[in-house]
Amino acid sequence: MNEITIKVNGKSVSGPVEGRTLLVDFLRGAGLTGTHVGCDTSQCGACVVHVDGKAVKSCSIFAAEAEGAEVATIEGQANPDGSLNAIQQAFQDHHGLQCGFCTPGMVMSAAALLKENPRPSEHEIREYLEGNICRCTGYHNIVKAILAASGQDVSAIAAE
Amino acid sequence: MPKDGGIGASTKRREDIRFLTGTGQYTDDINLRGQAHVAFLRSDVAHGRIKGIDTQAAAAMPGVVRIFTGADFEGIGGLPCGWQVTDRQGNPMQEPGHPVLAQGKVRHVGDPIAAVVAETREQARDAVEAIEVDIEELPAVVDMKAALAEGAPKVHDDLSSNLCYDWGFVEENKAAVEEAFAKAAHVTTLELVNNRLIANPMEPRVAVGDFAPHSGDSTLYTTSQNPHVIRLLMGAFVLGIPEHKLRVVAPDVGGGFGSKIFHYAEEAFCTFAAKQLKRPVKWTSSRAEAFMSDAHGRDHVTKIELALDAENNFTALRTETHANMGAYLSTFAPSVPTWLHGTLMAGNYKTPLIYVNVKAVFTNTVPVDAYRGAGRPEATYQLERVIDKAARELGVDPIALRRQNFVTEFPYATPVAVEYDTGDYVATMDKLEQIADLAGFEKRLAESKARGKLRGLGVNCYIEACGIAPSNLVGQLGARAGLYESATVRVNATGGLVVMTGSHSHGQGHETSFPQVVADMIGIDANMVEIEHGDTDKAPMGMGTYGSRSLAVGGSAIVRATEKIIAKAKKIAAHIMEASADDIELKDGRFTVAGTDKSLAWGDVTLAAYVPHNYPLEELEPGLEETAFYDPSNFTYPAGAYACEVEVDPETGKVTIESFAAADDFGNIVNPMIVSGQVHGGLAQGIGQALLEGCVYDENGQLLTGSYMDYAMPRAADVPFYSVDHSCQTPCTHNPLGVKGCGEAGAIGSPPAVVNAVVDALQRAGHTGVTHIDMPLSPSRVWSAMQG
Repeated sequence: MNEITIKVNGKSVSGPVEGRTLLVDFLRGAGLTGTHVGCDTSQCGACVVHVDGKAVKSCSIFAAEAEGAEVATIEGQANPDGSLNAIQQAFQDHHGLQCGFCTPGMVMSAAALLKENPRPSEHEIREYLEGNICRCTGYHNIVKAILAASGQDVSAIAAE
Repeated sequence: MPKDGGIGASTKRREDIRFLTGTGQYTDDINLRGQAHVAFLRSDVAHGRIKGIDTQAAAAMPGVVRIFTGADFEGIGGLPCGWQVTDRQGNPMQEPGHPVLAQGKVRHVGDPIAAVVAETREQARDAVEAIEVDIEELPAVVDMKAALAEGAPKVHDDLSSNLCYDWGFVEENKAAVEEAFAKAAHVTTLELVNNRLIANPMEPRVAVGDFAPHSGDSTLYTTSQNPHVIRLLMGAFVLGIPEHKLRVVAPDVGGGFGSKIFHYAEEAFCTFAAKQLKRPVKWTSSRAEAFMSDAHGRDHVTKIELALDAENNFTALRTETHANMGAYLSTFAPSVPTWLHGTLMAGNYKTPLIYVNVKAVFTNTVPVDAYRGAGRPEATYQLERVIDKAARELGVDPIALRRQNFVTEFPYATPVAVEYDTGDYVATMDKLEQIADLAGFEKRLAESKARGKLRGLGVNCYIEACGIAPSNLVGQLGARAGLYESATVRVNATGGLVVMTGSHSHGQGHETSFPQVVADMIGIDANMVEIEHGDTDKAPMGMGTYGSRSLAVGGSAIVRATEKIIAKAKKIAAHIMEASADDIELKDGRFTVAGTDKSLAWGDVTLAAYVPHNYPLEELEPGLEETAFYDPSNFTYPAGAYACEVEVDPETGKVTIESFAAADDFGNIVNPMIVSGQVHGGLAQGIGQALLEGCVYDENGQLLTGSYMDYAMPRAADVPFYSVDHSCQTPCTHNPLGVKGCGEAGAIGSPPAVVNAVVDALQRAGHTGVTHIDMPLSPSRVWSAMQG
């Protein structure tokens, strides 16, 4: 066991890890349970976080690899006053979540997408979400929410 | 316009805040002080005899607390089955035992053999690797027809064969149906497979058992759609713990789709082990374990025949289905191919004579049980496919053929035992033609052709029975449970309400929609109403959420309890205002005396209920809390019409969904936003079944689709924006809200639309020999079909 320190949402988080400990397990073990585990093969994307600004499936790297890195998780996404940020708010406004389990990964992926591509097309959003599976929404309202979060008009897309 | 926050408003979901900020509380987020972790050793063969289990080396591994095997569960009940089906001769189905940990034999890949409890999850998993099991591998049965063949290996040595039951429905109609077929002007026959699916909610199952030595009480935290049902099944039938000593909590649950209805071995194990070890025991399923231990869905092989007269009226329908039960009977498995399937074979049509035969078969595969729609997708798929085939054979328009045979008068008693209370199938088809712009199809066809793509249009209808339903009826049909729902409405002194419901929300948004109902009845802000669910210590009793029953049954119980609250509050208000209770009106949260200017606010009356200084104590108890149980008098019957347009790449066989439109009749609607979301999700699962998903076993019973690497679920790029409409509303006549249920419709109605569309595309392109392709319509299957 080695002690590692990772800066998560601006705060230092330290803890002992085995070599095989995945970043997601380290985060969850530190009480940051918003990041979820939905599969064992890095397919589902429920565990997406940002490592040094890039979207990463936190089940696909070891915690030790993130030593010294800046990690952002769903717990750090809201505005400083606690209100939902623009992406989170768009997900609520457009019913972009149901059971909520894939949601943290979806929000983190959407944030990474909009950073790279501030006004993505529907097609670009769908392609970008290739690594995030949602079983509840049929993606309709997720794609709509991301379009809306990027400031695009979604009024023509089937209401509700 | 509906009142903001009341019935009919697209109120944004309050639960979203915690899910969007990472503060949801799913079962795996629960970590109890001193908890140990369990990992299961699961069978890697489909069928075998356990000759010995050597746990010595494993027991010496770091952190191991204790290793359990089947021997530890001797004398303890097995997992019960909640539904008994009776066969054509009136005999009960063959019902094998289902031990918590394998005893003597393993019967499917994934069958749990031993369990290691250790200090950490990693230590438990490491120790599992060190257990040595000596298994004599036996020949496995995977294919259902092979399983029924003479001399086939038996999954259960103590049963007479692998046949669970041979069910006929309606048996008395059989001769009349044969006669109608003999007289038919045309008979269309179709053989098809309803592919085996794996529900795959994104949250894998988790169980945390806890035991309090000071009180002797057990608690189970579990990923369940129905914690009260788990309490009953596990407490009464497996572990022998009375309800008052057992609490089951299902906190935030990350999707279910049926697979989290059932009582699973891991739940019983964790509860049992926690009591044995006097410390909490936690199990978190890996996805790989989920694939081989969550109940699977569908898996029917069917031959369906439709008889028509010379005017193309449907005169009779006959089906023969083999339904896979897997290796054991999961909680509600026997009901799915029978009462949830046979009773829906009339569909939206006035076919006068129907006979359904179902042979349920044991195989060396994971148990099969309800998955979103459960029986109704299987009924809809075969019926809507055979109608499409009939239209093609007869050279008539498939929509016109459907319209000609629609049930148009309600109530309508089908020949398969159910009575549709309301519906308007013409209206939903009209609506569909409009929202799908069917008139513009030819133009889009030409555009696709210009791009070298084959376009096809598939249309179908569906009906489903939701809100399961009268306890006395389901009791006659073999259910070993009642199917009511309960609600307790507690009004606090300052006027806020807590509603405790036996329904469970795992994505359906009850915390938002149920308050809309209560707030609307009282005329207060919905934010004054809080929903408590998922805890057997809170709601008095509950049957949970499945079969699109939450609002129709659970919501009705809430209405009944709220009515009792209002009736009592009116008596209190009448006393204070010195009027007759009959003259008290409640509107917009104020009590008024009819014909006067006297009034009291809601909060004045609720305060009086708890500070009863001026109160009719001789007639009324203080306090304001009421409980109601609601047992519906019938199922509800949502129905609709769906249209799918596809493009097929003639070079590769790849199918693209170009558009999907759904016109549904759900009766009255409480939150249209949530209803649309439910339909969207169902559509994606149905499209997934039609194009992508399929559980595959090899001939030895090895599960080939054991991860997301090889079981394909829809991703964002596999589906389009959907066009959904639920403006056609024929309210249910027998529940107080007039609601029907919307959770499963999308998954029920969409597979035939997709397959009809692909067959249409191929037919239009001249592949006239292609009358059917089995799901999933992978590029290779479609390409092969095009090669003849």
